[in-house]
Amino acid sequence: MIWLWNIFCAPFAEFMFMRHALAAVFALALGCGPVGTFLVLRRMSLMGDALSHAVLPGVAAGFLLYGFSLSAMTFGGFLAGLGVVAASGLVSRLTPLKEDASMAALYLISLALGVLLVSLRGNSMDLMHVLFGSILAVDAPSLLLVAGVSTLTLLALAVLYRPLVVECFDSGFLRAVGGGGSLAHMLFMALVALNLVGGFRALGTLMAVGLLILPATAARFWAAQVWSQALTATGIALLSGYFGLLASYYWNLPSGPAIVLTAGCCHIISLVFGPRQGIAAQRFLGKKPA
Amino acid sequence: MAAGPLKVVASFSILGDMVKNVGGDKVRVSTLVGPNADTHTYQPTPADAKTLAQADIVVVNGLHLEGWLDRLIKASGYKGPVVTASEGVTTRTMIDADEGGKKITDPHAWQNLSNGKIYAVNIEKGLAQADPENAATYAQNARDYTARMDKMDAWVKASFNAVPRAKRKIITSHDAFGYLGQAYGVTLLSPMGVSTDSEASAQNVGKLVRQIKKENVTALFIENMTDPRLVENIARETGVRPGGELYSDALSAADGPAGTYLDMFKNNVALMTKAMNRP
Repeated sequence: MIWLWNIFCAPFAEFMFMRHALAAVFALALGCGPVGTFLVLRRMSLMGDALSHAVLPGVAAGFLLYGFSLSAMTFGGFLAGLGVVAASGLVSRLTPLKEDASMAALYLISLALGVLLVSLRGNSMDLMHVLFGSILAVDAPSLLLVAGVSTLTLLALAVLYRPLVVECFDSGFLRAVGGGGSLAHMLFMALVALNLVGGFRALGTLMAVGLLILPATAARFWAAQVWSQALTATGIALLSGYFGLLASYYWNLPSGPAIVLTAGCCHIISLVFGPRQGIAAQRFLGKKPA
Repeated sequence: MAAGPLKVVASFSILGDMVKNVGGDKVRVSTLVGPNADTHTYQPTPADAKTLAQADIVVVNGLHLEGWLDRLIKASGYKGPVVTASEGVTTRTMIDADEGGKKITDPHAWQNLSNGKIYAVNIEKGLAQADPENAATYAQNARDYTARMDKMDAWVKASFNAVPRAKRKIITSHDAFGYLGQAYGVTLLSPMGVSTDSEASAQNVGKLVRQIKKENVTALFIENMTDPRLVENIARETGVRPGGELYSDALSAADGPAGTYLDMFKNNVALMTKAMNRP
């Protein structure tokens, strides 16, 4: 059975950078799983994607002022994400423009601003690094950041769980009972921004959202409750990270895309073969959508 | 001929420095790609076109280093002489990481001081043709300059020869040192796939770590444009710390460690040999 160990464990045993990458993915999965589940349940998946672009000018500003400083880029990205969320909420309250449209407008402005800022000081190579990151380059500060973000996320979700769940399914009711829905919403979006910013160092801004959304959309076909979907999403994210790293190792693929594409495969497989209203399940088991 | 100093435009900082040395106070040099900038990917500005339009003579490296220059010359309307500094050097080929492994001519010929001398002579010939009045001055300056290059060359050779052959290896993420490696017997290991523009795969990083450990390389150099964290990770895993900053495609600022062509060699070779000599 030694060959099993050789294939699936040896790369991690031999190389420190592989172990660090796996640790980073593990931490990311813990944060992204639950947050992603809520995003999907609240029909905000695309908003999550938009937000990942919106953090770019903050990251770029941090890079412009302080170079590859982790704290500067993280803080800047987080502020930018919060800014866009707050602004789009404000705009939707003050004007007839709905939140999704104003979010789209704001993230496009942010993205262009971010590209402009990076070109001012760096060149397209630096832009690539900011956008794509590299999970093979996680160092101790990055690991601490990701682990910290996940810890904070889990604690915050534990506190916010009830209002968030109610807001997912009946926000009118939450407003009626004065459950502080908009506060929960803002805090939740802050968590999304935090997870995206935490993930950008490991996977880059473009890919971090992949680990947020894809495991959650896949989990939907396996689990029926919010908590079990979150758990499944975490598990799928972890598996995607693990097998993605192995794919990068054995098939010489860039690591970030490999992980996200593995998550994508999980999504497609779940879509087709998932027991809970997957295509195959609907066809062959004749189950009615619950 | 023009009254006042000859207006020379050099494509990048290393050439600019050479022209200053050969032209002395008879020339006024403008450089398009300044210190610490990347000549390969430089994006010219309208100000550059203006500078070019007013030039008396333009000095370029050639060998396809400045892919953006032909269009700029056309756009600026400059019709004067263009001196290709690398004319007559013996070139070598390299694998072009950008174009997916195609073999191209290595443009970084200045990393061999013998080629540097050819550059100086070409520049001198160009300046003398554009400004025959001062040809004698240019010739004398060029003689002095090449003599200094000879001295530097001897020092470089001695420094590297003092390092045992087995230790004469460096890992650097930039591919500019091919001529240096060839001329002075240094084995260059480039981190495959771990370049400035492509995202690394776990396989390539693993191969590099194994290679460093197997070949017992102690000289690791972070190129100032690569993601430093990845190279730091590799360094941490192999116990080999980065050996400092090398200057390959551009000079540093004038007050920096590699403000001139000759200083660049002094800085690079000193750092390389120091790292190689580590146990």
